Amino acid sequence: MTAHAQTASATILPLAEPLKAVRDTRPLRLITCGSVDDGKSTLIGRLLWDTKAVKEDQAATLARDSGQQNDLGLPDFALLLDGLQAEREQGITIDVAYRYFSTDRRSFIVADTPGHEQYTRNMATGASTADLAVLLADARAGLLEQTRRHATIAALMGIRQFVLAVNKIDLVNYDKAIFERISHEFREFALSLGVRQITAIPMSALKGENVVYSAEAAMPWYDGPTLIETLELATVRSGQAGGFRLPVQRVSRPGEGFRGYQGTVAGGSIKPGDSVAILPSGTVANVKQIVTFDLVRNAAVAGDAITLVLDRQVDVSRGDIIVSIDSQPMTGHHFDAQLVSLQPGGIEPGKRYWLKSGSRRQRVTVEPVSQLELATGKWLPHASTLSMNAIGKVRLSFEELAVFDPYEQNRSTGAFILIDPDTLNTVAGGMITAKRGDVGGIHRSQGGEGQRVVLSLPADLAEQIMASELFSNRRDEAEIRRMTAKQAAEFFSNAASDI
Amino acid sequence: MPLSVQETDVKTPPVSRPPLDPHLKALENEAIHIFREVAAEFEKPVMLYSIGKDSSVLLHLARKAFYPGRVPFPLLHVDTTWKFREMIEFRDEIAAKYDLDLVVHTNPRGAAEGITPFSHGSAIYTDIMKTEALKQALDAGGYDAAFGGARRDEEASRAKERIYSFRTPDHKWDPRNQRPELWNVYNGMIKKGESVRAFPLSNWTEVDIWRYIQAEDIPLVPLYYAAERPYVERDGMMILAEDPRLRLLSGETVQRGMIRFRTLGCFPLTGAIRSHATTLEEVIAELEIATVSERQGRAIDRDQSGSMEKKKREGYF
Repeated sequence: MTAHAQTASATILPLAEPLKAVRDTRPLRLITCGSVDDGKSTLIGRLLWDTKAVKEDQAATLARDSGQQNDLGLPDFALLLDGLQAEREQGITIDVAYRYFSTDRRSFIVADTPGHEQYTRNMATGASTADLAVLLADARAGLLEQTRRHATIAALMGIRQFVLAVNKIDLVNYDKAIFERISHEFREFALSLGVRQITAIPMSALKGENVVYSAEAAMPWYDGPTLIETLELATVRSGQAGGFRLPVQRVSRPGEGFRGYQGTVAGGSIKPGDSVAILPSGTVANVKQIVTFDLVRNAAVAGDAITLVLDRQVDVSRGDIIVSIDSQPMTGHHFDAQLVSLQPGGIEPGKRYWLKSGSRRQRVTVEPVSQLELATGKWLPHASTLSMNAIGKVRLSFEELAVFDPYEQNRSTGAFILIDPDTLNTVAGGMITAKRGDVGGIHRSQGGEGQRVVLSLPADLAEQIMASELFSNRRDEAEIRRMTAKQAAEFFSNAASDI
Repeated sequence: MPLSVQETDVKTPPVSRPPLDPHLKALENEAIHIFREVAAEFEKPVMLYSIGKDSSVLLHLARKAFYPGRVPFPLLHVDTTWKFREMIEFRDEIAAKYDLDLVVHTNPRGAAEGITPFSHGSAIYTDIMKTEALKQALDAGGYDAAFGGARRDEEASRAKERIYSFRTPDHKWDPRNQRPELWNVYNGMIKKGESVRAFPLSNWTEVDIWRYIQAEDIPLVPLYYAAERPYVERDGMMILAEDPRLRLLSGETVQRGMIRFRTLGCFPLTGAIRSHATTLEEVIAELEIATVSERQGRAIDRDQSGSMEKKKREGYF
């Protein structure tokens, strides 16, 4: 046993308060980001402390490690998060740290991401799964370039809810004008990134003002929510809109008579009897059963891990994606994407990488087109190697047919990673923006060659035609839109007037 | 509605329960996704099974992930020979009940060199009987992926852990140079000899574990529930006094009291807490107002600051 075993035998207090109400929401995933000294780690430490996620022995370890307390007699919150020796030694956050806390209303998973510019890639990692970003600004310094960079990356990674934490407001004497200037500036900037849900909060993370507890006394002029109130009311992306998507992870064949396709629903919903297509082959089948350990289910929605049984023998293997027949993703050999370069070697033009999206891994070559200048938000032409931390627009070319949704429509089937075939390390995270218009598929004939026919059919007839083998064999040449009879009538009258 | 899969060799009929709340459902879905992904991408996965509550949840999730098939990989228990008696009984019962392939490994150095937690101290003992033993077992089995029940909320260095945690051929973890992990797209590509530790419970907290055990009615080792048990106070910990290998030091006496354990490891290194929680409901009620963390009872975490990181770098889970 060791000399450090210092804590007295622990006693858990008898039940002194009623059980917390059972939470009925999914956890909110958020990231915190900002410049180096804005106080990110202090803010999360404060959140953990004030929501009582830090226990006494952890606080004792903190007190022992820091050897000092701040002038409020509180532990050094930053040490809660900077868990690696190198981070403690250097006093900075190197890697994403995940922390967990909850209130009576909801639980939270927070990724504390590094502020240093060379760790931008880690920020992108934290942002990839987040629903909301908390961006910190020091009230004394205002918006810094790094804050803009982080807001830009967060928006690019699909985060649509921002909280601006104007921190250290106590150090500018709770000046309302300063808060309003910074939040106005940020709002303009966030709007330019396409983010509309913005909440700005004046706070002191160190003193715990407007983090979990309201700070009316110090800031009578502020009547907005505290940070925790904002987080409790934030929305979690559902992914249930749009077509059904099931990337097949594995085929389950426990016995002769059973063949199930296991995966996590990546979009939409499904029920027995629905017609589906298996991509990339285009084979069509109907859903017979949705099997889980607990029950045979009547339906499954985005996020559910299920086993799907189809009504006929079809060739389905890992990497295929099962989709709703009337709302299919894009298939093709050429796509446009944005990506973040994650490793020192960068992303080299023309090199063959492995691309993994969902459960599918395939070969791809990447041609950079432009690079985002983070300081100005401008895309500058750039056809050479995208160096580490660069954000680029690229063209992807596949050797085999690829299947994607645009990232803005589906954060699962629109996302991918690139793997270096030599090091096998993950070298980029990317987001599909569109199928390339100049090659293949439905746009091949747009240059004027070839004839197209636009049909408007009753839905049941269209479904029968789409379920045919002939159609499914050439489905990537067809474009399908569902609409009401009224919309179709308008569409045709508009088309006629253009002629 | 009962499951109606015909012509299969389904051995355990599923049970109908009220649906999970969305929070636990999201965590369960994520864990099942990870299980399936690793099972599909790696040649020879194994699941580390430590018999504790997290392992019990992990096993339950594995059974769910591969249903109606059986769990397609073996369970590995690294037995230091210093586990609680009730843990070993529970392990063998569960393996038989769920038709699992169980591999048990003990480092032969323990018996050969007389290495015990009393004679060698917790640091050396843990290194040889847990970390070294684990590496021996992983090498012997040729496993290229090992599931573990570690959670990020347990400890500071674990908060930095990836879900797929890459290890070198000699099982080293390099926390400064981890593979980026974006969305739920996991990179399962490794070279020969390298391996991955996979953590399906990464995003679970201790409260989530207990609430899930309750919701899914998962069996646990009885030591998690309070009972009157014999114990000895040593180094600020209450050590269970039932194993004849525990020798009393001068001034120590065996006391009796209502105690239970929040985590289970090797009995000489695991401290009990005073508690009257004899049911799952009471355990959860205690937990929600607990003022100390669960690893408070673990001597090996307190050897030095950053000791978990050090052990993990060397190959500990």
